[in-house]
Amino acid sequence: MSEHGSAGPAGPPPDRSAGSVPEPLLSLRGLRKSFGSTEVLKGVDLAVAPGELVFVIGPSGSGKSTLLRCCNGLEEPSAGEIWFEGRNILAPGTDLNATRRRIGMVFQSFNLYPHLNARDNVALALLHVLKQPRAQAHARALQALAQVGLGDRADALPGELSGGQQQRVGIARALALEPAIVLFDEPTSALDPELVGSVLAVLRGLRAAGMTMLVVSHEMGFARSAADRVVFMEGGSIVDQGPPQHIFGPDALPRVREFVATVEHQS
Amino acid sequence: MGGLIDTFFNVDVMRQYLPLVLQGMWVTIVLGVTVVLSGLALGFVLAVVRSLRIRPLNLLIVLFADVFRAVPALVILIIIYFALPSIGIRLSGAVSAWLGLSLVLAAFAEEIVWAGILSVPRGQWEAARATGLGVAQCMRLVVLPQALRLTVAPLTNRAIVITKNTALASVLAVGEILYQAQAGYSFSYNPSPLTLGAIAYLLLFVPLVWFGRWVEGRFAWKR
Repeated sequence: MSEHGSAGPAGPPPDRSAGSVPEPLLSLRGLRKSFGSTEVLKGVDLAVAPGELVFVIGPSGSGKSTLLRCCNGLEEPSAGEIWFEGRNILAPGTDLNATRRRIGMVFQSFNLYPHLNARDNVALALLHVLKQPRAQAHARALQALAQVGLGDRADALPGELSGGQQQRVGIARALALEPAIVLFDEPTSALDPELVGSVLAVLRGLRAAGMTMLVVSHEMGFARSAADRVVFMEGGSIVDQGPPQHIFGPDALPRVREFVATVEHQS
Repeated sequence: MGGLIDTFFNVDVMRQYLPLVLQGMWVTIVLGVTVVLSGLALGFVLAVVRSLRIRPLNLLIVLFADVFRAVPALVILIIIYFALPSIGIRLSGAVSAWLGLSLVLAAFAEEIVWAGILSVPRGQWEAARATGLGVAQCMRLVVLPQALRLTVAPLTNRAIVITKNTALASVLAVGEILYQAQAGYSFSYNPSPLTLGAIAYLLLFVPLVWFGRWVEGRFAWKR
């Protein structure tokens, strides 16, 4: 990853042969989003390569979460394109539900279904989206729960689990569908400090397994050690990006160094 | 004391009118059960339709809910039974009572279920949609199961209120408990049949209230 400084053009269009550069799995082009008269995203270009772990940092209100939520259509962009697996998912006639099952999402507040136990939380989409038979869906759910270290809590309701465990069920729910990419929206922000580690350990495992991930988070230590690329957003634009050595090093923009120092001072 | 017993607890009069009041009890049960079933079903359907947020449809639903919650049930029954025939719609007293009370219950149930749907956090929809579930699937599998648990207590209360309102059907000459008890009273010049009626209501509704409490406890669950 060599592009430093301000947001350069996103990866090459998928319809063009890209030679040795890996085709991006997910590519945002000129993405804009307004809520009323407030423009939250001001033309963002971002490409995520297969297997890449991209970290998005920035002050609150910078548009990080909106950016993430546009990627699977939870927010509808006002302008721009989102290419995923070689298709523009905003094009009319795109089956958004079919796209969503290929894009996992993990939420800040977990959003587990409180009336279903951990296994059924994970199995719900397997049963009703992938139309798997019950036995197969349950087996896959247990496997995904085991992957996040919760194989023994399958029968627990979300209310009976700790925050860290709930978030890991949330990750298992996303993983069970075998997505091509997982979006993490501040996955540890709602957790007590002593529970953060268990969730980050799962992310680390996913990274080792080669999962493509786009992570919005303030976990600077984790970004430093695990991210392939760190993107700094402010005011609806990508202001700086590069490998962790760049963003957390002396060459980063003063504004970035100031932000990183503030966050690390607080934690 | 003897006068009181003779007036309100006259055994001979009670024995004479007991069959009539029992008959009334049966009518009350049938009317109450049918009203609860159709009223809750209609209210439930209206709330789900409202969640689709189709504007003209929602205006109609809100208008319906507001009118039928605002107008006293007795007035609605009287309009259906006495006024509709003038535009050619002739319904029996029992059907009028069933229809009127069902509509009133549906209006309240719609508001309650709608509030339940609204109270399910947006994140639940987002989590379900993010896994590729469609809108109808989200509603059926994620939102309604949570919304309904929240609405069990108020719906149970409303169901009890509306079944007590079956007494209003006496105005339409429907032979339920109150109608039969009043008939007995006018025939015998003794209010003991009314006492029987009161006992019949107690026998029916105290267990119903207990059942409501049990249902509320059964569906409470920790988040």
